[in-house]
Amino acid sequence: MTVVMEQATDRQASAADSPMGEEQLCLRELNAWYGESHVLHGVNMTVRRGELVTLLGRNGAGRSSTLRAIMNMVGRRSGDILIKGQDSMGLAPHRIAHLGVGFCPEERGIFASLSVEENLLLPPLVKSTGHDQGRSQGQGMSLDELYALFPNLHERRTSQGTRLSGGEQQMLALARILRTGADLLLLDEITEGLAPVINQKLAEVLMMLKARGMTIVLVEQNFRFAAPLADRHYLMEHGTILEEISAAELPARHEYLHKVLGV
Amino acid sequence: MTMIFGIPLMVLFGQLMLGLINGAFYALLSLGLAVIFGLLRIINFAHGAQYMLGAFAALLGAQYLGLNYWAALIVVPLVVGALGIVVERLLLRRIQHLDHLYGLLLTFGLALIFEGTLVNLFGVSGSSYPIPEALSGGFKLSFMFLPTYRAWVLVAALVVCFGVWFLIERTRLGAYLRAGTENPELVQAFGINVPLMVSLTYGLGVALAAFAGVLAAPLYPVSPTMGSSLLIVVFAVVVIGGMGSILGAILTGLAMGLIEGLTKVFYPEAANTVIFVVMVMVLMLRPAGLFGKEA
Repeated sequence: MTVVMEQATDRQASAADSPMGEEQLCLRELNAWYGESHVLHGVNMTVRRGELVTLLGRNGAGRSSTLRAIMNMVGRRSGDILIKGQDSMGLAPHRIAHLGVGFCPEERGIFASLSVEENLLLPPLVKSTGHDQGRSQGQGMSLDELYALFPNLHERRTSQGTRLSGGEQQMLALARILRTGADLLLLDEITEGLAPVINQKLAEVLMMLKARGMTIVLVEQNFRFAAPLADRHYLMEHGTILEEISAAELPARHEYLHKVLGV
Repeated sequence: MTMIFGIPLMVLFGQLMLGLINGAFYALLSLGLAVIFGLLRIINFAHGAQYMLGAFAALLGAQYLGLNYWAALIVVPLVVGALGIVVERLLLRRIQHLDHLYGLLLTFGLALIFEGTLVNLFGVSGSSYPIPEALSGGFKLSFMFLPTYRAWVLVAALVVCFGVWFLIERTRLGAYLRAGTENPELVQAFGINVPLMVSLTYGLGVALAAFAGVLAAPLYPVSPTMGSSLLIVVFAVVVIGGMGSILGAILTGLAMGLIEGLTKVFYPEAANTVIFVVMVMVLMLRPAGLFGKEA
């Protein structure tokens, strides 16, 4: 009962905030530390429902740390993090996912002692902000849907997680959070070290998710992968946002980005 | 009388049975240690004391509260397990970010405190706990006499061991535990309450020790030091089996009990050291243990 009311007030609050689609994620002056080292220096960004936003930057620019700070997986933090309008700074790490957030870590995090199917079934179902946009939200994709999307995983469902190839592991890491019903996805370097044909598949999946109204924050090194997918790009350096670039501005800024990113 | 290698069959089977009973206790205790080590990365030196607390709780419960054996078998693990959860919440949690050595020292200190307190209150001499009525007597088999209580201990220990194995290796809850053992941070990011899981896991490990203590109470004298001597052997068993492997802990426990029993028949002088000899050989040939993963 309380949960339902909370959800309702959240929805009204966030819907009132922005006319263009409610804010799914809002960072204000986010600072983060790993022990003594200060990794984020006042990050500001906003992501609205249905957007796909990338964090671009060189290694060590603070892109992964931004995602980890949102998940409360770094040491100390200051500033504000609003997830779907709800302040999440005071929440324990295990509560964040239940706001409807799915996190895919850079190292993929496939559990070696679990089978593929156990890996898939591991993350608990989480609530999402149930706006009906043609499809009932709040429930994730079923195992059947996921196996249809990634037939390789179905073939290998009984093998140990780490017996999979890199591409299969990445598909499993992605599939795992799609089942939970999360509608705000934080994806860290999902194309790293994978063959072009697999990246093509991942791009198709991301387009499909976006079409379903999911909100995606993508940390990406592979600019050619990210460019056609994203609505906006945040360029990061030294733990802060250097610049925000919209998809429309992108062609004009190509040269500049190549130089800054060193690709 | 039938002989085998010049040993009467009855003696052989008798010692094997005794060995298997000891092995069942090794299995229960090393299983608890393995479960705790898996998730908490703490070598629980208080395990022997917690086993002793189980036996003492059964004894005192019977003396002062009229708690019968069957009730003790359920209630005592719950109570001692709850005490374990308190220890985890108040003490172990505060040092979880420090080197694992601190956990070892802390639990070792706790073991000394538990033991010392009970020595002060009850002295070092053991008391006996009666075998429950329903389990007294025994079966006369063609080749040996099998006391009912010993048969019961073996069955109960095996059922509990494999129940825990099933829980960890075959259920959703166990999948959380296995995943938490590998990468607690990520499991937490998926929305699972890892601190709660850690408390319950420590509680489960301690409850297993207490359960073993209740089972042991009618077999061995119940004294404050009954756990410490056993724990040394159990640690050797854990080293042989490989730290953190559930099935390894159970099978190695039983096997070491049997080896000890066999040694008692063929070369009694070595019976108390044979497990340590095996440990040395395993450490030299396969340092991660028989069931451990090579690093």
